[in-house]
Amino acid sequence: MKKYIDKGAKDTRSGFGDGLTEIGRNNQNVVALCADLVGSLKMDRFKEENPTRFYQVGVAEANMMGLAAGLSIGGKIPFTGTFANFSTGRVYDQIRQSIAYSGKNVKICASHAGLTLGEDGATHQILEDIGLMKMLPGMTVINTCDYNQTKSATIALAQHIGPAYLRFGRPKVPNFTSEESKFLIGKGIILNEGSDVTIVATGHLVWESLIAAEKLYAKGTSVEVINIHTIKPLDEKLIIESVKKTRAIVTAEEHNILGGLGESISRTLSLNFPTPQEFIGTNDTFGESGTPNQLMKKYGLNSSNIISKVEKVLLRK
Amino acid sequence: MSDKKELLDLVLQIRRDILRMVHKVNSGHPGGSLGCTEFFVALYKEIMDHNSNFSMKGHNEDLFFLSNGHISPVFYSILARTGYFPVDELNTFRLINSRLQGHPATHEELPGVRIASGSLGQGLSVALGAALSKRINADPKTIYVLLGDGELQEGQNWEAFMFAAANKVDNIIATIDFNGKQIDGPTKQVLDLGDLKSKLISFGWKTLEINNGNNLEEIISVLNHAKKLLGKKTPIAILMKTEMGNGVDYMMHTHAWHGIAPNDEQLKDALLQNPETIGDY
Repeated sequence: MKKYIDKGAKDTRSGFGDGLTEIGRNNQNVVALCADLVGSLKMDRFKEENPTRFYQVGVAEANMMGLAAGLSIGGKIPFTGTFANFSTGRVYDQIRQSIAYSGKNVKICASHAGLTLGEDGATHQILEDIGLMKMLPGMTVINTCDYNQTKSATIALAQHIGPAYLRFGRPKVPNFTSEESKFLIGKGIILNEGSDVTIVATGHLVWESLIAAEKLYAKGTSVEVINIHTIKPLDEKLIIESVKKTRAIVTAEEHNILGGLGESISRTLSLNFPTPQEFIGTNDTFGESGTPNQLMKKYGLNSSNIISKVEKVLLRK
Repeated sequence: MSDKKELLDLVLQIRRDILRMVHKVNSGHPGGSLGCTEFFVALYKEIMDHNSNFSMKGHNEDLFFLSNGHISPVFYSILARTGYFPVDELNTFRLINSRLQGHPATHEELPGVRIASGSLGQGLSVALGAALSKRINADPKTIYVLLGDGELQEGQNWEAFMFAAANKVDNIIATIDFNGKQIDGPTKQVLDLGDLKSKLISFGWKTLEINNGNNLEEIISVLNHAKKLLGKKTPIAILMKTEMGNGVDYMMHTHAWHGIAPNDEQLKDALLQNPETIGDY
């Protein structure tokens, strides 16, 4: 079984900031907009280096989405930055009409997604954003798992044409994916091959899944771990091939189980290869204040709950 | 400069197009469309330097954005009548498989449309984004946008007004169709906009007025004046007083025809008031 090393905890939002800096240097069409959260989104360096291609829009996210749509018309590649809640729910209709329906090349970059935002509480902890964004026709939806992957996803988005949602988080989390690996939109990654059960995870739950897989392996269960960073378009082939081998699946995400990655996968499997599935995610609830670790434990978004769900799904095979 | 008769003939013909389009499908928005007919004729025939050989990017040409998308009939008619697509296609307005959607859209790739609009309050932000894009591209052309007065009740507009002044966006002319009417009644009664001119000025916009927005000469004169004020670190707004339903007597002085199509008899009456000039589609 492949062993992954935490190369030092880093926040995914810094991956976004560093990726944005890099594409800002290499692609003069990249522009960035931020709604009064430059520091939180780590957009400082881009702003410093590209004063004529950076827009501070103030606390006015609806206008930011419209500006981004308009900027794209002249051939610019706008990256918007604010928290996930204000990137999606607050401006859904602006994204729907001015960006998605209008087919604009806007990259909506969203930090502080999910429970790991922590102490600010449920007003800021959006757990519905993947669902909102994946329902929009033509929208690409990406949820990255660590610093390196967020950086490479940001860089990849500058080359991608069409509206996209890039979701990442606030806390420092293990950085374990390879710095060199190129980010391929829509292509899942098998982190560990296994034969008894498949775990498909996205975002912060990928690392937790690796921990779970290691513990399960010690107990004699062979786990295939797949990192699905692109929720839409979903790498259906990879997932179907995996469950044809394992015949059981657990999906894991920092999101409501209604509308998230797990639901996309259950639809895929019900159409192609019906398979017993268990879901890790919040269960139709809002979050609350607390530390990220406390919250992930309380809402069952950690390795120990993944292990329980694997044990449960194995009984259903 | 086109001669005056040519422009007035186009106004009459576009009014006929609007009326026939909404009548055919018994839906659509004739009131605001008729109210803005002269404005569209002035803009597309006299003011804008635009290219009917459409490209989405629109480099080195003036661009127009329609924020109050429900007045799509007048928008489609002027686009067709200035060569963006065949005039006959006006026959397909609001029909299935048409490029002429109920509200303007880019999805079906109708030439002349650069953004979907209809859900109100979004067009000014988009137009400002396009203006910023021109600024970065060192493209000296101008962005024009038309907003409804009712849609100024949407807060996003005020975010955009604030942004434009703060960022000295001075390659945009935003015209507000100030007809004082919206679906539920007079704007003053639905949600009073208050002293709109003072509000725009206090938001940092150079604000001009068109007292009769159904008078071609006045529209052209004020728009030409506005053009001279471009590039002075200040965004430009024009409050244009129009008469909803202009040119059809029974549609004027009421909000009733905001979104209702005339029946056969009413159409006949309206067309008699607006005789065919260039030729019906």
